[in-house]
Amino acid sequence: MNKFDVIIIGGGLAGLRAGIELSGNAKVAMLTKVYPMRSHSSAAEGGVNAALGNRGDNKEDNVYTHTYDTVKGSDYLADQDAAEILCKEGIDRVYEMEHWGVPFSRTEEGKIAQRPFGGGSYARACYASDKTGHALLETMYERSLKENLFVFNEYMVLKLVVKDGYVHGVVALSLRTGEVEGFIAKTIIIATGGLGRIYSFTTNAHINTGFGNAIAYWAGVTLKDSEFIQFHPTGLPTTGILITEGVRGEGGILKNRLGERFMEKYVSMKPPELAPRDIVARSMMIEINEGRGFPDMGGYLHLDVTHLDPEIVKKRLSQIRELTISFMGIDPLKKPIPVRPVQHYSMGGIGTDIDGATNIKGIYAAGEAACVSVHGANRLGANSLLETLVFGRRAGVAALNYVRNERFNPSESYVNSAVVEIKSKIKGLFNKKNGGTESTKIMHELQQTMDKYVGIFRNQIGLERGIEIIADLKKRFEKVGVSSKGTTYNLELIRVLELEGMLDIAEVIAKGALARTETRGAHFRTDHKERDDTNWLKHTIAEYTPDGPRFSYQPVLIGKYKPQKRVY
Amino acid sequence: MKKKMRKFKIYRYDPEKDSKPYYREYSVETHEGMTLLDAIIHISENMDPSLSVRYSCRMSVCGSCGMSVNDSLKLACKTQLETLHGDVLKIEPLPSMKVIKDLVVDMEPFLDNLKKVKPYLITHTPDPAKERLQSVYDRELIDSSVDCILCGCCTTSCPVFWTDKGYLGPAAITKAFRFLYDSRDEGYEDRLHVLGGVGGVDKCHHAYRCVEACPKNINTTYAIDMVKKLILTGKRDTE
Ligand SMILES: Cc1cc2nc3c(=O)[nH]c(=O)nc-3n(C[C@H](O)[C@H](O)[C@H](O)COP(=O)(O)OP(=O)(O)OC[C@H]3O[C@@H](n4cnc5c(N)ncnc54)[C@H](O)[C@@H]3O)c2cc1C
Repeated sequence: MNKFDVIIIGGGLAGLRAGIELSGNAKVAMLTKVYPMRSHSSAAEGGVNAALGNRGDNKEDNVYTHTYDTVKGSDYLADQDAAEILCKEGIDRVYEMEHWGVPFSRTEEGKIAQRPFGGGSYARACYASDKTGHALLETMYERSLKENLFVFNEYMVLKLVVKDGYVHGVVALSLRTGEVEGFIAKTIIIATGGLGRIYSFTTNAHINTGFGNAIAYWAGVTLKDSEFIQFHPTGLPTTGILITEGVRGEGGILKNRLGERFMEKYVSMKPPELAPRDIVARSMMIEINEGRGFPDMGGYLHLDVTHLDPEIVKKRLSQIRELTISFMGIDPLKKPIPVRPVQHYSMGGIGTDIDGATNIKGIYAAGEAACVSVHGANRLGANSLLETLVFGRRAGVAALNYVRNERFNPSESYVNSAVVEIKSKIKGLFNKKNGGTESTKIMHELQQTMDKYVGIFRNQIGLERGIEIIADLKKRFEKVGVSSKGTTYNLELIRVLELEGMLDIAEVIAKGALARTETRGAHFRTDHKERDDTNWLKHTIAEYTPDGPRFSYQPVLIGKYKPQKRVY
Repeated sequence: MKKKMRKFKIYRYDPEKDSKPYYREYSVETHEGMTLLDAIIHISENMDPSLSVRYSCRMSVCGSCGMSVNDSLKLACKTQLETLHGDVLKIEPLPSMKVIKDLVVDMEPFLDNLKKVKPYLITHTPDPAKERLQSVYDRELIDSSVDCILCGCCTTSCPVFWTDKGYLGPAAITKAFRFLYDSRDEGYEDRLHVLGGVGGVDKCHHAYRCVEACPKNINTTYAIDMVKKLILTGKRDTE
């Protein structure tokens, strides 16, 4: 059987960064369900924050203003030690990525170019046109080739083998051969990315199902703050494809059907479009719900760049232009871009400390799948790519220490029996009658339910209804089987396996949201409109039980920045 | 929304049970704004779950869904159905690659070629404390080449590559261009022998099919010529 010191699950920015740290220092392998460069990190557009001070107008920026902005943006739910590490080490990580070859856009002086982003006091999003994620991921992948990182491509991990409080390895399905294989390892790093596909209207890739969170949760790893889901203000209304905040950073203006620059009504800061995402998304939905949006395509507003210098759009927003032309048939140089708020990011995830360690010995997590927490109740744009770099590396360093100092030996027989268990589970799915379209029906109903009841505006009645529907879907799922029996690239099998996880993660999100009777950041309760620091300045912790999540709460680490009313 | 029934004739091959490939036809109700990938997902989710295909981002950046559509190579997600003509749309895997199943091909040889050109920044001078400076002009030299998403459309459209798998192909050479013309890179010597060798730039016959196929509008043939020029003259032509 395959035996490694460390297994990394996921080949996006966080997983690769961890892998580069470990490659050559430990026996490490990466398992990823898509080739690393296909990961959704490639879709990130606008930038990665770091207080470099590369422009005339941002020389005053520093680690502390960045930390403060992050904490305020988080509605004070971020742990402030973690936020400071993000902002401090982030500077080194961004320079490191430049040294590794990222083709950042440049200032006249030849430095890394920066642009303003939402909720930032200064222009600090470092960018490579509006393809920053692609530039970073491509470079990180190339670096991993240079470091000879060992990768099992197109392997989907189905189970973490945990016994007696320790991890012993994983069980994975080779998508190409259909083989179920065991991997022994005393250390696992989970870097499986986002969960947007639990929703129907999302910026996320089809592969972002949150399955990494599900296998962790099933194995006894606790999830943190899962109810905090970010809705990005600007997605294309028909597809959910993201139009980066960088468009507003470059001067794009939001307008309603009456031509009003409506954000001015909601915040006093300038420009008003660069308020944090929770606030902009909510304001936009109010405009649409009160009839000031455009009615078709489910309701939308305008994001206008027609007043900008066309060269700026062509050079700095080239992908946005390409996407809007390809997917809407609209050239933003000539006409405003139709946009609507859309599910985008999960602030919560696998609970970790500042070194990526979880509650189970040997299991680490990093990237969007993890919750350190640096984003709290609302992530600032361009802080997530940064998180993958900073905490991907930190998880790698911590895993290496664990490998070197922990004498524990993982058990091959535990992994073997887990392989047997998963094989019989898959066989069971093949034997069940209810294959074919039933699983996709359940998936679509789940996605619609999450959009409708666990979206931007939440309340008790809606959340209870959503939870009820999820429970029904889970019952229906028990009967679901797989009709295609092939072993190679069996998409139906993959879909059914992931759906089970999606249902459980959706339940954690919805129940966490119902329990939290306050409004904080992206979690807006129409029946509890105020932030409630007396009762709710705390992290939600969800633990798996067969009857659903068991919730407990943990204090937030407050440092220099005492909670204040959050005004922009 | 305008609706219309359209036929998709899809290449099917399952090595576990088929002695040879065949085509299967599906009729799908299509609508305005629907992409080829939307149609394929619709087939896979609602009509025939046994169909295998790779896809992920659906926004033309992950490079998963390159395929042949009516004999030209495209990203399924970036292809609006309205732009495709004909009563029956013929959908096939990327040509000249080993088919693993249906529309899924073996990308390993393609990626092996990429690795041959040392696709990473090579520097010998130590890293500065901050960023390496690069002028706006120098950055623009590599502009579109850095957009490559490794989808494989260019390389698998190349008639030379079809018959000679020893040829690096346009994607790998474009990647080499991206580094050779990056003002920060110092890896010319390290890459020279591969690019100037038997499977290197000399194999390109200017069929321009790669340029036509690239979904990111990268001028791959230009990149190949620029690498050729660099090898001939020993210096970057940055005019
Ligand atoms: C459209 C878009 C634009 C964005 N723009 C920005 C931006 O400008 N700035 C910013 O800071 N953030 C941005 N974000 C957020 C940011 O891009 C992501 O949060 C971040 O890239 C996630 O990186 P990751 O490494 O955690 O996960 P991913 O890059 O998503 O990688 C996850 C990996 O896990 C693997 N995987 C998952 N499950 C399994 C399994 N069971 N077994 C094996 N492998 C598995 C996948 O194959 C994949 O390789 C954007 C997000 C989106 C969707």
